[in-house]
Amino acid sequence: MSEQNPGLADPLPSLDPASPIDVADLTALHARLIAGAKTEGLIDIAYRTVDSPVGPLLVAATSTGLARVAFEIEDFDRVLAALAALVSPRILHTPHRLDIVARALDDYFAGRRTGFDLPLDHALSSGFRERVQRHLVQIPYGQTTTYGQLAADLGSPRAVRAVGTACSTNPLPIIQPCHRVLRGDGALGGYLGGAHVKRSLIALEAGNR
Amino acid sequence: MRLQGVEVRNGQPFEAAVQEHGPRVLRVCRAVLGPGHDADDAWSETFLAALRAWPTLDRGTNIEAWLVRVAQRECIDVIRAKSRRAIPSDVLPEPDSPPPPADKSIWYAVARLPEKQRLALAYHYYGGLPHTETAELIGSTPAAVRRAASDGIASLRRILAENGEIV
Repeated sequence: MSEQNPGLADPLPSLDPASPIDVADLTALHARLIAGAKTEGLIDIAYRTVDSPVGPLLVAATSTGLARVAFEIEDFDRVLAALAALVSPRILHTPHRLDIVARALDDYFAGRRTGFDLPLDHALSSGFRERVQRHLVQIPYGQTTTYGQLAADLGSPRAVRAVGTACSTNPLPIIQPCHRVLRGDGALGGYLGGAHVKRSLIALEAGNR
Repeated sequence: MRLQGVEVRNGQPFEAAVQEHGPRVLRVCRAVLGPGHDADDAWSETFLAALRAWPTLDRGTNIEAWLVRVAQRECIDVIRAKSRRAIPSDVLPEPDSPPPPADKSIWYAVARLPEKQRLALAYHYYGGLPHTETAELIGSTPAAVRRAASDGIASLRRILAENGEIV
């Protein structure tokens, strides 16, 4: 905090202008703010984090549906800043909402679920990238394809690089399974969450087929 | 940007502002209204009002100072609503009631200060607003705010010492 009261600065904790406030009080007030904001329809983006075997995931939804799944390596603060700039800055942390999403992801990682039927919001995608990203759910659980094959499936066999870009900018990884797309030479290819995450997702699905 | 009918000028996630400035706004509300439901009401209304205005807030606005000014308006609303309902204050504990929890004792001490000192401390000392801006908010002069704030701190020290908070 910037010191704005140099003449009044006081070493005694009880007179500290930034004296700490009970976390329980702030948590209760935050919950009340969420409830009030929801009543007034003021939450454009609700988000929470979900623990998973590949690390914490940030999930963010609009009233339309799930708009973003992010890996910790992407830096959650940067992900939220991008959502604020691209969709709306009326963003609130809603730890007890988005339970359906959290449960679906839990089920997926436990091998109890092979696909997702969640409502999605494609606000972060457009054009050819959106076409590619929406097509990803056609790749069956436990199977893989290549960037080249995917380009051919979409009727644009020469757009291999564009398909690769679409996969690497997929705003809904895991849900739209870009981890099932490999390079034509058999190499793993890049992944937003890191190569080791891509490998674990492929291994998880292979083990549950 | 999806919001329709408004020019979006501010692209910062609102949650970050709640996390960063929530405690300060609560200190301001508690200094003005005491550490009870009234302060909670004012805090909630402050952040709801801020959320409504958030997308159209001018880029470069000093968010912290803006929130303290919003809190001041909401505190006044709470006081007005209370005086209409004429419900007794929940600020001061009854003489035979148990001592306030340690983390809130400072706010009971602040509540015993004269209004001028209390408001000077609320908006300047806890809110971080400069003397001039505090003076405009509470209808005073910068010199009087400066005096009231330092008198308020001196009184607080005395009250806390009487209560055995400072050894």
